[in-house]
Amino acid sequence: MAKIKLTGKVLKQDMLMDGIYSMWIQAEEIASQSVPGQFISVYTRDGGKLLPRPISLCEIDKEAGALRIVYRVAGEGTKEFSSYQSGDPIEIMGPLGNGFPLKEKKAFLIGGGIGIPPMLELAKQLNCEKQMVLGYRDQLFLNEDFEKYGNVYVATEDGSSGTRGNVLDAIRENHLDAEIIYACGPTPMLRALKAYAAENGIECYISLEEKMACGIGACLACVCKSKDVDAHSHVHNKRICKDGPVFAAEEVEL
Amino acid sequence: MELKTSVSLAGVELKNPVMVASGTFGSGAEYSEFVDLNQLGAVVTKGVANVPWPGNPTPRIAETHGGMLNAIGLQNPGIDVFVERDIPFLQKYDTKVIVNVCGKTTEDYLEVVERLADEPVDMLEINISCPNVKEGGIAFGQDPKAVEAITKAVKAKAKQPVIMKLSPNVTDITVMAKAAEAGGADVLSLINTLTGMKIDINRQCFAIANKTGGMSGPAVKPIALRMVYQVANAVSVPIIGMGGISNAEDAMEFILAGATAVSIGTANFYNPYATVETVKGIEEYMRKHNCSDINELIGIVK
Repeated sequence: MAKIKLTGKVLKQDMLMDGIYSMWIQAEEIASQSVPGQFISVYTRDGGKLLPRPISLCEIDKEAGALRIVYRVAGEGTKEFSSYQSGDPIEIMGPLGNGFPLKEKKAFLIGGGIGIPPMLELAKQLNCEKQMVLGYRDQLFLNEDFEKYGNVYVATEDGSSGTRGNVLDAIRENHLDAEIIYACGPTPMLRALKAYAAENGIECYISLEEKMACGIGACLACVCKSKDVDAHSHVHNKRICKDGPVFAAEEVEL
Repeated sequence: MELKTSVSLAGVELKNPVMVASGTFGSGAEYSEFVDLNQLGAVVTKGVANVPWPGNPTPRIAETHGGMLNAIGLQNPGIDVFVERDIPFLQKYDTKVIVNVCGKTTEDYLEVVERLADEPVDMLEINISCPNVKEGGIAFGQDPKAVEAITKAVKAKAKQPVIMKLSPNVTDITVMAKAAEAGGADVLSLINTLTGMKIDINRQCFAIANKTGGMSGPAVKPIALRMVYQVANAVSVPIIGMGGISNAEDAMEFILAGATAVSIGTANFYNPYATVETVKGIEEYMRKHNCSDINELIGIVK
């Protein structure tokens, strides 16, 4: 089995909140190979918009051969996706990227904003004590989906739910600790978590994003600064689409 | 009907005229998961320099209507890793290997050309047209005297036929084409990307870190086609046409305009199967038009 580009079928689409959508896609060949933390490239039908939109996998249902993505409408391409109805075709390529390592250690699963969705499949598959720490601006989404997998702690910027502040504020307010961190979210959050993990001697894996073209490691558009020389170009540029999107925090410079 | 799809570039026989544009296909490894490289006329590698180049800061790309801008900055592992890793990989396939060579000085180019002399490489493509690296590439490609001089210098050292890759960012591309031909170029490839720009109006900044980037994709095809036609009528060496080719119909336009071979570039990003689909599509076109030899179609639209 290998990466594949195919025409999947939209099974279900729901708006979770203003601008955030959840879509289930039938795509057996991709679902059967996918692991938490991987992503798919989603292509628009608009010939003027050629490049795929990389979107992380929120859930993988191998039995049903289906994938769930939860995404934010950020521009015209994702706006088009949000208009798709059940039964519509959707062009996707995947599974892409490496995914999270699954370790049996007391874990924080930390998501910020649209970085929350990939933590859901990880929560399902991790076999350990899990504490989900979810950071939002104001409105909540997906938080209830996490509840069956462990304790969920919420932080909101405006204090409307949970801890007022960010995910680290929620960790401190609730006196939480863990041996490993898995995280996805905005760069300032990941930077803070990397520092927190280093100070506390905690293993930490973060999922990064960048503008992508090929999605498979050929074009070298989506690189990030790495501590060590990378395997591809022997400089200090790891490819987020291929070497990542998940990296050990100490491996990359943010 | 027996179809002859093979074409010859400076004595190198390609099984079909379809190759890939440098920088869009790595050295083939990533795309070998999607397509059988044995089916391609040639693989043209990403530019390789004498030493590793880190490339430009991110963001390196931006989408534009019907195309994209890139300013990767020729990130590459340098010739040592390339010779050790990428050439042996490509040797496993029955396709021609064309190595794209980049440099900042004439000496840089020559160092790579000399390192490749005894390697199983079929042709060299000299990149004198990358718009995203200040010191090199384009500095050679916009002045006919410099084009002729670098071509001569490379030809003096090269053991393989030399393709000079031309920039469209000039007043008259035929002047550069003639200069490369005068310098001894065996083949010309065109076009490289067109320098462009995009501004993010919400953040009020450039969409890519390098400010400008090279534009590619279907939106540039009419310009590329016009330039291929002009050059085909100005020089006698064969031409590899590229610029927005996504499928066999696009490829046939370039062949009819005078290209002996064609390269698929940006299309690989939105259709990883574009190369093999183009190979098949060209065969279908030949059958439909009752043409048994692709060479009979090269440059017939005058």
